Amino acid sequence: MDLKRSRPGQTNRWFAIIPMGYLAFTVGIPLLIITTYSFLSRPDLGVGVKWEFTPISYVRIFVQERLDGTKGFDVRYVKVIWNSFLYSGISTVTTLVLAIPVAVWIATRQAKYRYLLVLLVTLPFWTSILIRTYAIRQLLDEKGVLGQVTSFLGLGDNFQLLYTPTATVIGLTFTSLPFMILPIYASAERFDFRLAEAAYDLGAKKWSVLFRVLLPQISPGIFAGIALVFIPGLGSFLAADMLGGGKTNMIANVVANNFGQARNWPFGSALSVFLCLLTLFFTLLISLKTRKKAEAKK
Amino acid sequence: MKTRKLVNLRSFPLFSTVSYLTFFILYAPIALVIAYSFNVNRTAQIWTGFSTKWYLDVLTNDDIVKAVKNSLIVALPSTILATTLALAATLGLQRMGRKGNTISIILLGAPLIIPEIVLAVGSLCFFLFIGLPIGFIGLIVAHTAFCIPFAMLPIRARLVSLEASSFEAAADLGANEWNIFKRVTLPLLAPGVLAGALLAFAISFDDFITSFFVAGPGSTTLPVYIFGMIRSNVTPAINALSTMLLIGTGGILFASYSLNQDRKK
Amino acid sequence: MVSQKKIGVRIVAIAAALLLLTSCSSSTEDAAESTSTAFPTAQGGELNLYNWTNYIDPEQLKAFTAETGIKVNLDTFDSNETLLAKLQSGATGYDVIVPSDYMVAQMVELGLLEDIGVSSFPNGKNIDPNFMDVYWDKGRNYSAPYMYGSTGIAVNTSDAAANAITSWKDFFNADGVTSVDVLKDQTEVVSAALRASGVAAADLCTTDKTKYVAAQKILDGFKPKVIDSDGGIERMVKESSMVRMAWNGSVNRMVTDNPKIKYVFPSEGLNFWADNLAVPKGAKNIDNAKIFINWMLSPKEGAAATNFTGYGNAVLGSGEFMSPTIKSDPGINVSPENAKLVTPTPNCGTEARDLYTQLFTSWTSNQ
Repeated sequence: MDLKRSRPGQTNRWFAIIPMGYLAFTVGIPLLIITTYSFLSRPDLGVGVKWEFTPISYVRIFVQERLDGTKGFDVRYVKVIWNSFLYSGISTVTTLVLAIPVAVWIATRQAKYRYLLVLLVTLPFWTSILIRTYAIRQLLDEKGVLGQVTSFLGLGDNFQLLYTPTATVIGLTFTSLPFMILPIYASAERFDFRLAEAAYDLGAKKWSVLFRVLLPQISPGIFAGIALVFIPGLGSFLAADMLGGGKTNMIANVVANNFGQARNWPFGSALSVFLCLLTLFFTLLISLKTRKKAEAKK
Repeated sequence: MKTRKLVNLRSFPLFSTVSYLTFFILYAPIALVIAYSFNVNRTAQIWTGFSTKWYLDVLTNDDIVKAVKNSLIVALPSTILATTLALAATLGLQRMGRKGNTISIILLGAPLIIPEIVLAVGSLCFFLFIGLPIGFIGLIVAHTAFCIPFAMLPIRARLVSLEASSFEAAADLGANEWNIFKRVTLPLLAPGVLAGALLAFAISFDDFITSFFVAGPGSTTLPVYIFGMIRSNVTPAINALSTMLLIGTGGILFASYSLNQDRKK
Repeated sequence: MVSQKKIGVRIVAIAAALLLLTSCSSSTEDAAESTSTAFPTAQGGELNLYNWTNYIDPEQLKAFTAETGIKVNLDTFDSNETLLAKLQSGATGYDVIVPSDYMVAQMVELGLLEDIGVSSFPNGKNIDPNFMDVYWDKGRNYSAPYMYGSTGIAVNTSDAAANAITSWKDFFNADGVTSVDVLKDQTEVVSAALRASGVAAADLCTTDKTKYVAAQKILDGFKPKVIDSDGGIERMVKESSMVRMAWNGSVNRMVTDNPKIKYVFPSEGLNFWADNLAVPKGAKNIDNAKIFINWMLSPKEGAAATNFTGYGNAVLGSGEFMSPTIKSDPGINVSPENAKLVTPTPNCGTEARDLYTQLFTSWTSNQ
């Protein structure tokens, strides 16, 4: 349905300008301030910024003055950035692999069960992410259920899963599942099974139908799901903080630390800007891909 | 018609197994949290007996009650504001030119794309900059902002699914713009608006990072309080509180589910 | 049963050690400014308290309300920097805050605290003389002492490797043989590493980079099980970890649930910190804040706080009300030999702090 076509009862454009103005104010200005802060210096005392401009914060993401006085390429923050990609990427793939079957399976149930199933998928999403991350923590604790199961399986006492990067990825996966399932389900529900029927009639096997008919048709949902999991995953804070044992650091954790104990607001701002640029880049990438597919369909 | 081939057509290898597995994955940790909430031992994972004392602990804890109140004080105005602005935006967007549309899409997408930590920290700096004392007002301002895009999703979806004919019919019958809006557009959009409001409420109530950075005196919200509990005093009280929240949320969702079922009849 | 006097002596011992190292130049004390108005009386109303998580007994606050009719609203924070950031962002809603020693010094310098003249409060006379002329608030104008403690090592004596630890050097070497946790606090971790590498307590804020090289080596080889300031009590009690860098009060609580744990004073020395009650400038309920602070300086309330948190207090006469287990806690009732090892937490300037940050973030990202 073409929304752009004017219909009666659709009010005037001011209805949109006010909300947009609000967003520009409450989102745009903080971003502007952060960007400005990223070019400022640290004050000698306390927290905040000193109004002296310098690009040093950006330099410090990649270059550090070592203790022996030499300047060198600093892998620390690059590592953190890489980790963010890695963990978010792995959790995206994992949720994808799990979500596609679930979404399609729900879409192929009888109508009266479908709504209930969607509800069951949505319910965890409605609970606080804190609680869900805490649940994973209790689950993975080696003194708890996991420990007893692994002892039983003969994997030795104190099987250590919590406080590792793996735990962070597990946490990310667990909390992101609903975000992947729901968009794919939305696409899957609209899937016209006559296409599959036609394919079977033409002699295609199950796997063929799956990969060559179903998946392409639900790809908008897949892309939406990827966007909803990978991009927020990059900026995730809680999973690494609560499950990583302080040893897993993603970009958000370093930013928070710099606005906290490390007391380096300009540097935290620089990292924030960097993170924003990254997420923006991937968003554009995915939206371009989606648009290309939509155009190809026409 | 299709029923002859229904089962065959709609099933794929392993899909049901994976689905059962995934539902198990989704709920096992939560089930564990609920189970441990009845552990009499202070250390949740060492089970020493059944007890409901932690529930009593939570209910009589003034700070928790206050945190819940604070969360509501922030979430309710944010929801109303965000949903109203979202509704206005959905409608008005159709009247915007190409340029306006592009800018709007960017602005609407911004809170979703920009990592929340950046917005949280940015909001803090922003309020500091303009001298707004951090507290409820700041929280509501910030929450409303990131709730708008979420509230818009169901409203927009609903609008898209409506037939143009309803509006055109009303116009043909001689109704003016305002009347069409009041008596056709709004009622038709109502389910979407309700869904948007619920979504916005959930997002706001559940929010952690922004609330953590922007909370001021006496405005500690529930998630921030729970975070503090997890940080320092880990007892099954956290489990009890989580269970209560789960039941509350589940209850609301099931209520809306059964309402929906009723309406369908 | 340790007599009152002996406890007094031991508290004096640790405080004397601290005094020796904290008082910089000998200064002639300014005559304490006497407030022209009389000390306020309780007339109900509210008090907004901003404290560390789990750092005051809710029952104690209820008792305060019952006695004075003043309702207490409690908010919590997790680090001094959070506290500072909140104040600097103009949060005027807090009446009483609980900054640590070095933070009080910074806040005074930034003009963020009200001069309320704590030492001239009715209960000001109860302040332990050794806590009167501290470097962050000589003469106690801005702050009252709350809890104090040290950051040492908790070990589970049933584990051979853990039991053998007597120094930071041992601690940093223990990660290979047993499970070791550490605080997520760059000041504590880096100063411990500096001490382990032989740096003297007085040099912990040095800007000489060569002194940090050895500390960095120590940290490079150290891979603890968990780097976290929270959940430590739980992990030690259920024996997920056998060793932990911990505050003495935490250990006090660990021991209650698991008597195999004990607190170790590392031979190279350890950090002493003291938390304080202060009133931010522009607080709305200044009178109620004063009343609260004064109330906390009574022997009974000081002891109640100690009994709950497991840390020492600086209120004279509180020994009488402290629980026996607390009084016999070696972390609170410090032996003279151990008292010599305790030195104040380093309060460094920006340059040294940057070096700390550099070491700490290098180390955490190489885990």
